[in-house]
Amino acid sequence: MSDTSFVRTEMLEEKAPPASTVGLVGWARENLFSSVLNSVVTLLSFAFIAYVLVGLLPWMFQSSWTSKSLTECRELFNATYGTSHGHACWGVVNDRWLQLLYGFYPDHLYWRVNLTLVLTFAALAPILFSEKTPKQFLYLTMAYPFLMPWLLWGGTIWAPVVAALGFVVGYFVFVTVSKVQSGLVTMIATVIAVLVWWLVLAGPVADTLSGILSLSIESVESRKFGGFMLALLLGVVAIGVSLPIGILLALGRLSDLLIVKAICVGFIEFIRGVPLITLLFVASLLLNVFMPPGTNFDIILRVMIMMTLFSAAYMAETIRGGLAALPKGQYEGADSLGLNYWQAQRLIIMPQALKISIPGIVSNFIGIFKDTTLVSIIGLLDVIGLSQAIRADTAWNGIYWELFAFIALLFFVVCFSMSRYSMYLERKLQTGHKR
Amino acid sequence: MTTLTDPPKESFRLSMLIYDTRYRSATIQVIALLFFMLAAAWLVNNTINNLNSLGKEITFGFFSEPAGYDINQRLLDYQNRDSHLRAAFIGLLNTLVVAVLGCITATVLGVFIGVLRLSKNWIVARIMTVYVEMFRNVPVLLWIIVAMAILTEALPSPRDFRGENPEASMAVFDTVAVTNRGVYIPEALFSRSLGDIHVLGDSSLRFDISLDFMAIMAVLIAGLFFSRKIKQSADKIQEATGIRPSTIWKRLGVVFIPLIAVLVALGFHLGYPELKGFNFQGGTHMRNSLLALWLALSLYTAAFIAEIVRGGILAISHGQTEAAGALGLRSGRIMSLVVLPQALRVIIPPMISNYLNLTKNSSLAIAVGYMDITGTMGGITMNQTGRELECVVLLMAVYLVISLSISGAMNVYNSRVKLVER
Repeated sequence: MSDTSFVRTEMLEEKAPPASTVGLVGWARENLFSSVLNSVVTLLSFAFIAYVLVGLLPWMFQSSWTSKSLTECRELFNATYGTSHGHACWGVVNDRWLQLLYGFYPDHLYWRVNLTLVLTFAALAPILFSEKTPKQFLYLTMAYPFLMPWLLWGGTIWAPVVAALGFVVGYFVFVTVSKVQSGLVTMIATVIAVLVWWLVLAGPVADTLSGILSLSIESVESRKFGGFMLALLLGVVAIGVSLPIGILLALGRLSDLLIVKAICVGFIEFIRGVPLITLLFVASLLLNVFMPPGTNFDIILRVMIMMTLFSAAYMAETIRGGLAALPKGQYEGADSLGLNYWQAQRLIIMPQALKISIPGIVSNFIGIFKDTTLVSIIGLLDVIGLSQAIRADTAWNGIYWELFAFIALLFFVVCFSMSRYSMYLERKLQTGHKR
Repeated sequence: MTTLTDPPKESFRLSMLIYDTRYRSATIQVIALLFFMLAAAWLVNNTINNLNSLGKEITFGFFSEPAGYDINQRLLDYQNRDSHLRAAFIGLLNTLVVAVLGCITATVLGVFIGVLRLSKNWIVARIMTVYVEMFRNVPVLLWIIVAMAILTEALPSPRDFRGENPEASMAVFDTVAVTNRGVYIPEALFSRSLGDIHVLGDSSLRFDISLDFMAIMAVLIAGLFFSRKIKQSADKIQEATGIRPSTIWKRLGVVFIPLIAVLVALGFHLGYPELKGFNFQGGTHMRNSLLALWLALSLYTAAFIAEIVRGGILAISHGQTEAAGALGLRSGRIMSLVVLPQALRVIIPPMISNYLNLTKNSSLAIAVGYMDITGTMGGITMNQTGRELECVVLLMAVYLVISLSISGAMNVYNSRVKLVER
């Protein structure tokens, strides 16, 4: 008997995997050249990319940033490259970018627009990145709806202050009356007090206050609003206001109350059945006809109202989808805890339904933001309207692609970051277990 | 002895309207209805007051007045002395034309791109992602204007086709002329034509029905019907015996032989566009406005449809594909018998809303001067007659009818392909 063992007692060293399956080569073999067909397609794709880049890169980079007119650009290109084709004349962007961004807003007041933009982000911060923002920012969020119009349109500070005081009045009435009366009476008293304050008292009080101490900044007319700022303004208002209205409409559509349901369904289906442009026609031509004689309110305000209603109908359908996706057990669970309708909605249903509908809500946001460009058709000078105005200038007559590229870039940056944010939010709110 | 007495009859108190759940919903509804009616009455009252003070009254009589403007891209005959109603009718047809064309191309492109986005080939998937993000994140109005600018600025003018050594030449075997004034494609002509039927005489809604077209459609439909019959009998044989008879030649023959026969009988030939004078003559002229709108709407909507298709395919669990594979199905049959029928269930509802969006977005035709219903009734007719209220209300009604009928038709289709559960 020999004591030679034929069984290996320790593992061999692992060998390195074949060079063709790891690293760049392995990756390329797997993802680009896995079969003959795939290889052909890959080569064709590379050829396509090369073709596009060969056309695009010289156009983008062999360009002029300083020319003051298209003729000057063409002369420069003819002198330098021998042809005026295939070279971008970025001079138009350099020359007019302020106008494209701010419209005809007075240039010594640009800081107000910039400040509003900063305030917008600051006011959104507690909503967008709730756990990373100090709680104090919430006060700014509450003040924002009053600060924003004041900063943009200017005028006396007392108008927004008095409007905001309406909520303070409502709060005090609520607190005092609820000590002596039941819930419903308090509710009615509060609503009446606030309405009386806004409709009757607010005007005289604001006048008196501005008589005592006139704290006002230079006011700017609506027709000077334009450019990308207008798109952002309309977008922010339509997005911000349409979400709560959309939630209410969705709840109304799902409610058992027949008449409320019929009104909500009618409204939603009507708005979703007509193009936005017809609603903008209503804003520009008809809204004044529907109002009491003599009212003549601002075109931007009218457009805001119609865009908000439009967006709200789409929002309602998205949220309805979220509500429908929620298991019935959630509703029954809320009922069995003894919560009433609004408590159940606020504590159980809405947090989950909104979470489910985030992708839809954000794509609605993106949609309504892109649709703000339609105001150029009813004659407001947003970016697209301005690009046509710039082309009408003799210096830039015949310039297309540079302006389009600039406008497309502006919208792409905003919309793309919105869609990325919604992905981040989905991941953040993912409380279930990933499989 | 005990007696059971009825509980004391509750007397009705006013507060029960609010605190008693039996009555509360009725109270809320009545209040809501009152508010709604008050608001509606207020709006109508304001409108009447305002219109009175302007000296306008609501009439639709202006529709029978002569329109006085031209519509260059149209399906039916139209002169500028025709009525506003005729102009609106032509506009409506133009809206439908661009909507149908757009929906078809957007679906084809969208499905193609959506499938390719899931490709295992990294570079193809990337290119498609770039396409989708590029089109989804830029406003459709900008795409429409860009498409119009490309067509008018970057294409050769008809002058470039002239001379011994022309700068531009016609595409597809010299049959299609792509110029900056539009695209000229061959038109179908019949030398032994059966003629047309004029419908509705001289009214504003008159139109012609081409008998040639009807004959071809009839033969085609009959062919497809018989082809279906052949398939059904083949299915029956397969179920009974397990052997599937080859039907492809029979089915092709039953469709194409009568079709070719009728085309020959009618003397079918193509009329090609030719350069005459300063412009092309003959063929069908598709103007830039139509092409730009069609192109931009299809490319834009295709990006959305691609995402829907991708989502639909991803929603089918991998187990389905594997189970089908285990049953011995080939990959093509797995797709057509297992994955697609289930994916359709996810795909169709959002697809409907995208078709609706495309139709509604076609109202942006006004930006490139394509005379659709918005361009005629909501554009020139409204500006000429000053009847804003009537025109806008009618315009909304027309779009509402279009939208509701599209969604109605697609919902019927959806309920047919829907998987029936329990």
